[in-house]
This record gives sequence, C-alpha cells and structure tokens, in this order.
Amino acid sequence: MATTPSTRLQPEASAHLLGSKSFRSSAQVTLSTALIWIGAAIVLVPFAWMLSTSVKPNAEVFIIPVQWIPRQIRLSTYAEATQTIPFWQYAINSAYITIMVVIGSVLSSSLVAYAFARLRARARDVLFIILLSTLMLPGEVTLVSTYLIFKWLGWLDTYNPLIVPAYFGNAFYIFLLRQFYLTLPLELDDAAKIDGCSYFGIFTRIILPLSKPALATVAIFSFFNSWNAFQTPLIYLNTMEKYTIPIGLNFFLSQYGSTPWNQMMAASTLAMIPCLIVFFFAQRTFIQGAVLTGLKG
Amino acid sequence: MATRANLRTVPFRGSLARREELAFYLFASPWLVGFVIWTVGPMIASFGLSFAHYDVITPPIFVGLQNYVQMLTGDDLVWRSLQVTLYYAVGAVPTGLIAALILALLMNQKVHGIAVFRTIYYMPAVIAGVPVALLWMWIFNPDFGVLNNFLAMIGIQGPKWLFSETWVIPSFILMSLWTIGAPMIIYLAGLQGIPQHLYEAAEIDGAGPWAKFTHVTIPMISPIIFFNAVMGVIGSFQIFTPAYVMTNGGPDNASLFIGLYLYNNAFKYFQMGYASALAWLVFLIILALSLVVIRSSPLWVYYEGGMGSGKL
Repeated sequence: MATTPSTRLQPEASAHLLGSKSFRSSAQVTLSTALIWIGAAIVLVPFAWMLSTSVKPNAEVFIIPVQWIPRQIRLSTYAEATQTIPFWQYAINSAYITIMVVIGSVLSSSLVAYAFARLRARARDVLFIILLSTLMLPGEVTLVSTYLIFKWLGWLDTYNPLIVPAYFGNAFYIFLLRQFYLTLPLELDDAAKIDGCSYFGIFTRIILPLSKPALATVAIFSFFNSWNAFQTPLIYLNTMEKYTIPIGLNFFLSQYGSTPWNQMMAASTLAMIPCLIVFFFAQRTFIQGAVLTGLKG
Repeated sequence: MATRANLRTVPFRGSLARREELAFYLFASPWLVGFVIWTVGPMIASFGLSFAHYDVITPPIFVGLQNYVQMLTGDDLVWRSLQVTLYYAVGAVPTGLIAALILALLMNQKVHGIAVFRTIYYMPAVIAGVPVALLWMWIFNPDFGVLNNFLAMIGIQGPKWLFSETWVIPSFILMSLWTIGAPMIIYLAGLQGIPQHLYEAAEIDGAGPWAKFTHVTIPMISPIIFFNAVMGVIGSFQIFTPAYVMTNGGPDNASLFIGLYLYNNAFKYFQMGYASALAWLVFLIILALSLVVIRSSPLWVYYEGGMGSGKL
C-alpha cells in the first residue's frame, strides 16, 4: 500500500510495477512509433522525388519504373534551370520584397500590439474585437477595390502594393504579439513609469527586449508569407524583370509546358531552400509561436 | 486566466487617463489607418462596385442589381464553382482534422525523437505556393508520376488525377493532407496541456482508454478542433494558387474554385463590378457558415471555466 502514492506521481514507474500494463503500454508505444515512422516517410517521399528528378537528365525522367537513384547525378540541371528563367534576378527581387515586408510587419505590428496589451482606452475592447473579426474576412472581398486603389495611386507594376500594406500592421501578427505581451508582468511597466519612463520608453526598453521570441515568430511568419506569395505579385507585376520567384516559376510552366520536369524540380528546390533554412534554424521559436496563436484562438 | 491579470480593465478617469488614451491611439494608429485604407474603404468601394459595370478603362456605369441577378440566375459557373469549393471543403477539412488529430495522439505517446518528427511533419507547411504546386503536378503525372508508379507496383491502374474530372478534387484533397503538420502541432500542444489528474479521476471511475478519449481528451481539445474547423472552411473559399497553377480550373471547370473564378472575372475578363458582387456572395456564405459553426459550438465545444473565458 505504501507504494500507491508514489505510483500515482510517476505513471512510468507504475507501469513497471504492473506487469501486464507495462507490456501493453510498451506495445502501444512501439506501434505508435512504427506508424509515426511510416507517416514521416510518406511526408518525405515528395521531397525525395523532387530531388531525385532534379538531378536526372531529362530523358531519364521519363523512364518507367521510376529510377529513384539516377545513374549519374547531374547537377548541371540546376545551372540550366536558373538560365531558362532569370532565376537569380527573381531571387533578388523576392529577397528585396521579403526583407521590406518583414521589417514593416515587425515594426507596425509590435507597436499596435503594445497599445492593445498595455494601454487603456474606452474603445479598446471594441477595436480589438473588430481586429479579430478582420481575421475572418475573406481576402476576396477587398481584392478588386484594393487593386483599383493601387491603380489610382499609379503603383501598378511596382513593388509598393506588395510592401506598403505590411507597414500598417497585420491583424494576425498583432494578435500573436498581444498574447505574448500579456504574459509579461505589469510591475515592470509600473517600475519604469515611476522612474519617469514614457510609454514609448517602456515599449522600446522593456517590452521589446523581452519579446524577442515572439518578434522572431512574426518575422518568420511574414518571411514565409511574403516569399511564397503568388496572387498579389501576379496581379500587380507586369514587367518580366520585376517578377518574383513564384511568378517566374509559373511563367516557366506556362512558357515551356511541363516537359523539362528535371529543370522545374531543380528550380522548385531552389525556391524552397530559403524557407527550409529559416525553418530549420528557427523552428523551436516558430513552432512555439504557431502553437500560441492556435491555442489561444 | 493568468493572462487576464496582465490586462488592465478597471475604469479610470482624469488627465493621466486622457494621456494614456492618446498614447493608445498613437500606438494603434498604423492599424487604425490601415484598417480604414485597406479594409473599410475597399469594402465600401467593392459594395458600390457590385452595383456597376466597370471594365477599368471606361468609367463605371450604375446597373442596379443586374450583377446579382446575373450571378444568381444567369451564370452556371457560379454554382459550379461553389459546388467545387464545397466539395473540396467537405472532403479536405474533416479529413485533415481527423488525420492531424490521430497523428498528434500518436506523437503524444512518449515516442523517442519527437523533435525530429515534429520538424519533418511541419516541413511541408512552410513551403506553400507555386513550388509545391509544381511538385504535386509532377507527383500526380498519370504516366511518369511517382503516385501512379507506386499504385502500379501494387497492381492498381491509377487514375488520371489532375486530368480527370472525377479525380481532380480528390487530388487537391490528397495534396492538402501533406500539410497537416501545422494543425497537428497545435493539437499536440493542446494534448500536452490536458491535466493528468483528469485522466486519473476518470480511471478511478472505471473509464477505459476509449471512454477517457471521448470524455476527457475530446472535450478538452474541442476549442482547438473548433478553431481549426472554422479556419479550414474559410481557407477553402480562398484557394487560388494550386487551382491557378496546376489545373487553371480544368478539366471542364471541375476544379474552378470560387477564388479562381472571382480572379478570372476581375483580372482576366476585367468585369470588376461582377467580381465585386461575387466577392460579396463569398463573404455572405463564409459569414453564414461561420455563424452556424459558432452558434452550434456550445453544443460540442467545452471551454474550461465557462464559455468564452479563454477566448480573448
């Protein structure tokens, strides 16, 4: 009987004491592990297929059954792919737009989130509900008239329609940052206020330094969104030299049909690399951020 | 809730209060201005435009309800695209929710190397867009794609996938399952947040694994299921990139998602007025669907400490 309280506290220890239960739970873990392995393999197959195709000569692409490991690894496909479309030019364009969007999103959303998390105003809660409801607003409703606004401003075929809106805050990022700010103790603000710190001082000296993980999450989210964006650049960019990578890839497809699959997979691989690199280096921060927004939604 | 404590809600008065209120509006000004320029303004404009013919070149002509009449009675493609979109939503949203939940339950079994698996499963979610669309076109290729090659190996003659009216939407649903890593991570965090004592209490009451799952796990994560369901439905109405890149709505409009049809009207046929009317139809449908889900949620969503306390 003396063991009962301790087994309560340590479920793993209790599993050891009760033989049949331990067997069942270890069998369960083994089965789960096997299924997770199978699932992971299924998730990875498309990536493997893409890489395998990208290093084959085009003739070998159309061999049945599929040759997973090509007879010879041919990296020159990558060089060809980047010449069939001016890939590096598009990469520079995409990088420029993405950097500007990331800066704008982080700056504006962190300011607005501070207002909603820390400052009292009579209309604050109403405004916050409006902010949340814009998350549900389908983009299609404003698509046409936003286009007309940019046309009226003379901004068609420039990067402004892709960059400027980021500087006005994004409801999703504001929500994410506000949730994070709320976890910071109010006593910090009060102490700074007593020391004569302004609201802006509190924001830059206390809130921002403590919010680095959340700010990083917003930076990463906006990086992915901007880098992968397709519909907006498709609508706003006409000159080929100004294309972004996704528009360039789509142009590749429409121009050359779907025949040079090895080149298309090479170009797709290159297009995915920046996002994958960012993800691998920042995944802990990023996944925590993704969880935060999903859970508190 | 812990977060509640850090949100000041007490009423306050005086000149300090006015200063704080002013500061609120200054800090919130980027979004407030943006909300007027990029949301309120365009919504009013698109409402106005929905009663007009406008081809961008000649000035708009007021036509009353003509766009709406045309949309509801004279345009089969509207119904086609709504059918396509709903078919996709009904197929993809529940499948994705269930698959992601099962995966999260498996991952919650104290499996070794969970960080590695989390990374692998999440990877497809960070590379959305055109490269993914191209990759799946190649996977779905009926003659040389990996999917039909695999099916041939186990003796099944694979369908034409994207080239088949019957199979094109199932293809898109299959492709969407590749990205369940994102909701899976959220479920996993939710599962890990369920207090152990609830399971122990259930065990004492004689609950088996299934009873624990249906009476503890599901109620505790139902707000997350609810959130993912609503966002999934809204997302279906905004699908554009895969449809545009992979099939351009074909074959024979079998994958003409409403998002693509709207784009075509606006930027291919330059019928800005008609496209605006369509946008309002989409808006009303999403609003109605969201309201149904939200209204029905008290029946099946369990919020700890009463309805809505964890919401804001």
